[in-house]
Amino acid sequence: MAERGFSVSRLPGFSTVAVMVFVALYLPIAMLVVFSFNSGTSVAIWEGVSLRWYVSAWANEQVKEATFRSLIIASAASIVATTVATMAALGTTRRKAFKGQTLIYVMINQPLMVPEIVTAVALLIFFATIKVATGYQGLGYLIAAHSAFCIPFAYLPIRARLEGMDYTLETAAADLYATPWQTFRRVTLPLLMPGVIAGMMLSFVTSLDDVVITLFVKSAGQDTLPTYMLAQIRRSVTSEVNAISTVLLGLTVVMLTVFFLLTRKKD
Amino acid sequence: MSEVQKQADRKNARNAWALSAPALLVLTVAAVGPLLIILIYSFLLPGKYGNVEWGFSFDAWRGILVSKDIFDGTYKLADAHLTIFWRSVKLSLLTTVFTFVVGFPTAWFIATRPPRWRAALLFLITIPFWTNLLIRTFAINQIIRNEGLFNTAMIQLGLIDQPIVIIYTDFAVFLGMTYVYLPLMVLPLFAAIDRFDMRLLEAGYDLYASRMQVLRRIIVPIVKPGIIAGSILVFIPSLGAYVTPRILGGGRNMMIGNFIELQFGAGRNWPLGAALSMTLLIIVMVALLVYVRFANRDGGHG
Repeated sequence: MAERGFSVSRLPGFSTVAVMVFVALYLPIAMLVVFSFNSGTSVAIWEGVSLRWYVSAWANEQVKEATFRSLIIASAASIVATTVATMAALGTTRRKAFKGQTLIYVMINQPLMVPEIVTAVALLIFFATIKVATGYQGLGYLIAAHSAFCIPFAYLPIRARLEGMDYTLETAAADLYATPWQTFRRVTLPLLMPGVIAGMMLSFVTSLDDVVITLFVKSAGQDTLPTYMLAQIRRSVTSEVNAISTVLLGLTVVMLTVFFLLTRKKD
Repeated sequence: MSEVQKQADRKNARNAWALSAPALLVLTVAAVGPLLIILIYSFLLPGKYGNVEWGFSFDAWRGILVSKDIFDGTYKLADAHLTIFWRSVKLSLLTTVFTFVVGFPTAWFIATRPPRWRAALLFLITIPFWTNLLIRTFAINQIIRNEGLFNTAMIQLGLIDQPIVIIYTDFAVFLGMTYVYLPLMVLPLFAAIDRFDMRLLEAGYDLYASRMQVLRRIIVPIVKPGIIAGSILVFIPSLGAYVTPRILGGGRNMMIGNFIELQFGAGRNWPLGAALSMTLLIIVMVALLVYVRFANRDGGHG
């Protein structure tokens, strides 16, 4: 039904601006995706549909390595972050106020507050010292750094889930002589699972997207997909970057959709 | 308080800390701890080939604002540094204001749709928020480049013969930051408007308020916590931006983030880089404290 007459919540021009914002938000991304299928080299002149950039990205050894590395780091970091964040959420939620509570909150949320470039520089100095002292140059540094900044992204959905959970089920389990561990394993954890998976997905996406911290922490030859792309954008750009971006975009959209389905309130 | 109660409280706190310990350990090693190291480094002397030499000095902190003349040893204001600071603050403020100007109508529009539409539109705002910042900046780069979509279209339409140079200007950085940080403004604004009681508008109109008066006297004061939250969420990452100015601003239009990186690369002045990082951190902390004070004061009727 069309809106008629005077609506109190209507403000002149607001709808027009909103529609323009949505268009402006999606147009650049849409163009990037469209031109990843261009058969020509231009990002402005359409020459026909082709998968050549996907084929060339797939055949590119550096891209393969960077993708593999990104996936290893994101998997390891999201597992570490989700595990410690689940424990921390259990420790800090549904509990009487205790000494140092605020300190724990501030520390967990620290990666959200401190500018990435500052953390990146701090880690550069710190890890450079360790690298010299121990001689270890592996992926461990990147995994540690990613785990740390993923913790708040894992913690928040798990905590939200815990807060909305029905306490009585756990009390019932305890009444039926379940040990605390049995109660956790059989009652709390299954109920908490959607939050845990949601947290893991957000950390995975966050790790996969990181540029700045990775750029400063990585040793030579440890490019991840984003740092590889950054280097490519700086040089002569080929539409290969468009193809890689499109695949990453697709992955993000799939993960977010799953996340929303998991955390949707059923009411 | 009874002894039993006290014991229970102690056990409660102990459990909480024990369960949080692994997370705190990871954060201490790879996030919070290293910040202390930059604080220390900011008081050391630069090494010849990067890194530092051990020796206490205020040079790095002084170096933020003044530079020593290599010929006569006199100190004068470091114009180049001030230019970069001013550009960062100016672009961040512009970005904050502009995201608000377009973000507020957008949030209002979403909040006043029927519930099913609302969820879908919110999802549409959330997708770019979680999409790789690099990809979104790159998308803007492809549009505004000299041989990009915008200029090609304008030339083909015969409106211009020479491409308009947008990329590698301050305007390009502003445009890019507005694009990438807009969701951070819309989401908290939406949260505030969503709780807004539309009957207050009816009351306003019944009392012969004009649309402008309703907007200024009723809506804005009530959704103020959302406005402040959105502004902080946009201002902070803008000020520390690294990727966007690097891709859209090029080498000449640096912001603080790029300038910090420079000290650890070609600049080879780690203490100055550390001092600049601390300065950025302090500005961000002050902004957050201001936010917390505002949020607590206005939280009552949010």
